[in-house]
Amino acid sequence: MNGWAALDRFLRTDPRDVGCAEAMEMLHVYVDMVASGGSAEQRYPGLAAHLRACGPCSEDFEALLAAVRDAEG
Amino acid sequence: MIPVNSVVDEIPARPDPESAEWIRVLAVAGPRREAALARLHEMLLRIAQREARRRGPRLLIGGPELEDLAYQAAADALMAITGKLGQFRGESRFTTWAYRFVILEVSAKLGRHFWRRPDVRLEAEDWDRLPGRFGFEPARESEWRDLLAALRRAVDTELTARQREVFVAIVVNDVPLDALAVRLGSNRNAIYKMMFDARRKLRAALAANGYLDDDDSGCS
Repeated sequence: MNGWAALDRFLRTDPRDVGCAEAMEMLHVYVDMVASGGSAEQRYPGLAAHLRACGPCSEDFEALLAAVRDAEG
Repeated sequence: MIPVNSVVDEIPARPDPESAEWIRVLAVAGPRREAALARLHEMLLRIAQREARRRGPRLLIGGPELEDLAYQAAADALMAITGKLGQFRGESRFTTWAYRFVILEVSAKLGRHFWRRPDVRLEAEDWDRLPGRFGFEPARESEWRDLLAALRRAVDTELTARQREVFVAIVVNDVPLDALAVRLGSNRNAIYKMMFDARRKLRAALAANGYLDDDDSGCS
């Protein structure tokens, strides 16, 4: 991705984006659905849109998913 | 952004058997509860340590400081979990719900820790770092110079003072969002919302001046 595309992508906003508070409130539900192979993105498009745009929430999502998968062995 | 709570829909609120057992044991004082708390703390600590070690080096934190942070995160998460047991509705496994607390504790503590670094100054504005931030190649500066000049103008003219402050800190100065929230006495959600509005305004300004496409469906 060149700089032009990266900047364009960064500035684009998704009106479905639920924001951090709502995303974190439902993160455990979303993660369990992802971990079990469910269609979390389709079920929660606003949360998925948020995770695509928010670095800190995305990092927390990845961390929680890793913790769940690690516990599952 | 869509309103808060709009994502919460009808989720079955019946915990799975293992989660129900956690709740049952943790709800009644006694040796079984103590054993469960010890086990839960051990699980939380393992997650906190892994996360702290993964994220710490990027924030120049390591050694005993990072271990202390992990222990504190696990302890605080355990306290939050026991205090909020009644809020567990069974929409996920209990352990996933519980792990979320420790992940968020690690994030918050790392955000607070960021400001202990001596080299961090919120007031600095190093716009020369912006091209590298988005991967613009120095050799092709003639292609992007006008775009970034227009972006900087839009930051100065389109954003409110607070939006500008947040944009410059996060995008230009590379301050982590959680750390900025601590410094401004705010929270992640409010800072993100401010950035969300700033991004929307800046894109509209750049599109109006022909630098970006008008299409802002935003759906990727």
